[in-house]
Amino acid sequence: MEQQIVKVKNKKGVKVIPGFGLSLGVTLAMLGCLVLIPLASIFISAAQLSFGEFIETVTSRQVVSGYIVSFSCAFFAALINVVFGVILAWVLVRYEFPGKRLMDGLIELPFALPTAVAGISLTYLYSDQGWIGALFDKIGVKIAYTRIGITIAMVFVGIPFVVRAVQPILEKLDRQYEEAAAMLGAGKLYTFFRVILPELFPAMLAGFGLALARGIGEYGSVVFIAGNIPYKTQIAPLLIMTKLEQYKYADATAIALVLLVISFLLMLVINSVQIYMQRFSKA
Amino acid sequence: MSEKKKQRMYDQDVSGDGIHSIQKVIEPPKESSRPVIKYVLIGVSVLFLFVMLILPLIVVVVNALGDGWAAYQEAVLDEYTVKALMLTLLATVTAVAVNTIFGVFSAYLLSKFYFRGRQVLASLIDIPFSISPVIAGLVFILTFGNIGWMGDFLKAHDIKIVFAVPGVILATIFVTFPFVFRELFPVLNAQGKDEEEAAALMGAGGFTIFRRITFPHIKWALLYGVILCTARAMGEFGAVSVISGHLRGKTNTLPLHVEILYNEFNTTAAFAVSSILVLLAVLILIARNLVEWKKK
Repeated sequence: MEQQIVKVKNKKGVKVIPGFGLSLGVTLAMLGCLVLIPLASIFISAAQLSFGEFIETVTSRQVVSGYIVSFSCAFFAALINVVFGVILAWVLVRYEFPGKRLMDGLIELPFALPTAVAGISLTYLYSDQGWIGALFDKIGVKIAYTRIGITIAMVFVGIPFVVRAVQPILEKLDRQYEEAAAMLGAGKLYTFFRVILPELFPAMLAGFGLALARGIGEYGSVVFIAGNIPYKTQIAPLLIMTKLEQYKYADATAIALVLLVISFLLMLVINSVQIYMQRFSKA
Repeated sequence: MSEKKKQRMYDQDVSGDGIHSIQKVIEPPKESSRPVIKYVLIGVSVLFLFVMLILPLIVVVVNALGDGWAAYQEAVLDEYTVKALMLTLLATVTAVAVNTIFGVFSAYLLSKFYFRGRQVLASLIDIPFSISPVIAGLVFILTFGNIGWMGDFLKAHDIKIVFAVPGVILATIFVTFPFVFRELFPVLNAQGKDEEEAAALMGAGGFTIFRRITFPHIKWALLYGVILCTARAMGEFGAVSVISGHLRGKTNTLPLHVEILYNEFNTTAAFAVSSILVLLAVLILIARNLVEWKKK
């Protein structure tokens, strides 16, 4: 007892609670064996490639178009998700109406529904004969097997991220600001864009980043609706898959490495902007 | 604002507690001032959710039963479907168990102790979250496959991981790795460590502290994390697809079985098998909402 009390005073209580060694050991062992060591393999394999080979693989026309399809569709899907995500969060926080609880519970459906099921179901819905696809087919717009279809699948998987990022911030937002804006003569729309939106922006950005990352990596729900037409609707994860099926492990590794690096950079940029904005708004 | 209007707003808000309703009277509530915007926004939300989320579910059910009840039963009770369901359950249960153990230990570690590299460790745990599932599968092939650096060792000892059940389980664990941790960590972090410190100073052992003090704080968050982890593990497609080798009856999980049936143009069977997964997903959603409601 005595010893422990002395420890508290000297070391600011760092080691008073027992279990540090055990939990550190378990955490590091599991993280290392299950995540870090396998992940290191990708760098080990990539190191075996010569620089020339690596560049040749990742700049081939098919691979570059794969990256472009993945990133552009994920970007537009994340934008759409931000718009609808803010509307949904707003409706769920600010309004009372019958069925609100059901609506709130439904938001997580894309998390719970296996991606392959979402994939075949969306493909059926948006194909030429499908319930929605047939409507658009009449006006000459094809959705399934085009980039529009890929974007829709990415909207599906990304929507919970934005809603769940914005909702808590909107709940905490003090309505006095809105009231003050109204008192000073601002219109509803002006208040929304100049008072509420800046407060929500960091959360929207976080949701955007998560939806974007999910969209770029998404495979199951996108692969069916994409139709995999070379140079047009082949997404980057699918290219990795194709290379693996041809036993071209080196190519697959190279494509994966670039995808990893770009995703990490994107997240880094979004995190930095978020931190910068938080500082800026406090200053 | 007229006195009459204020009174009406007050009448609408009396459902809440007294303080709350008074506050609401002072604030200009959005709902009563511009009902048009309210209904338009609710309409947009309902339409969006119906088209994006509900309609795909209806498609699954309608197509699954499209060829009648007998065809549905046949597809669902098919030998390969049952085997795929068993593997999915095995992989899900294992992944949830492993990630729960990890989640509890790591959340305890990162919230109760301050040490160098704590932030780095927290971001390392989140890695599987931002990685494409296809890449998650790829890393296991590059580790344990024929070309992997563990490949020769595994071959010498006749252990099969890639294109076998262990690979499927490992990939499932990988993609769901941070789920339980992410639910537990904020709760434990907000709780602080005063209570644990007090207990330790009064002479309680590590296990007693966890059982009597830490655990009661995290039980709902833990259940919530387990539910999310189950949902993701059950539906994982990309990572498992890379590593399973699609051996029917052996390494096929339910989502992979759906893909095979769909690619064979056996649409009814594909949607019938999907309907099992939809049912599980709806059950998970209900469980999630019950936990959410209990937490409050």
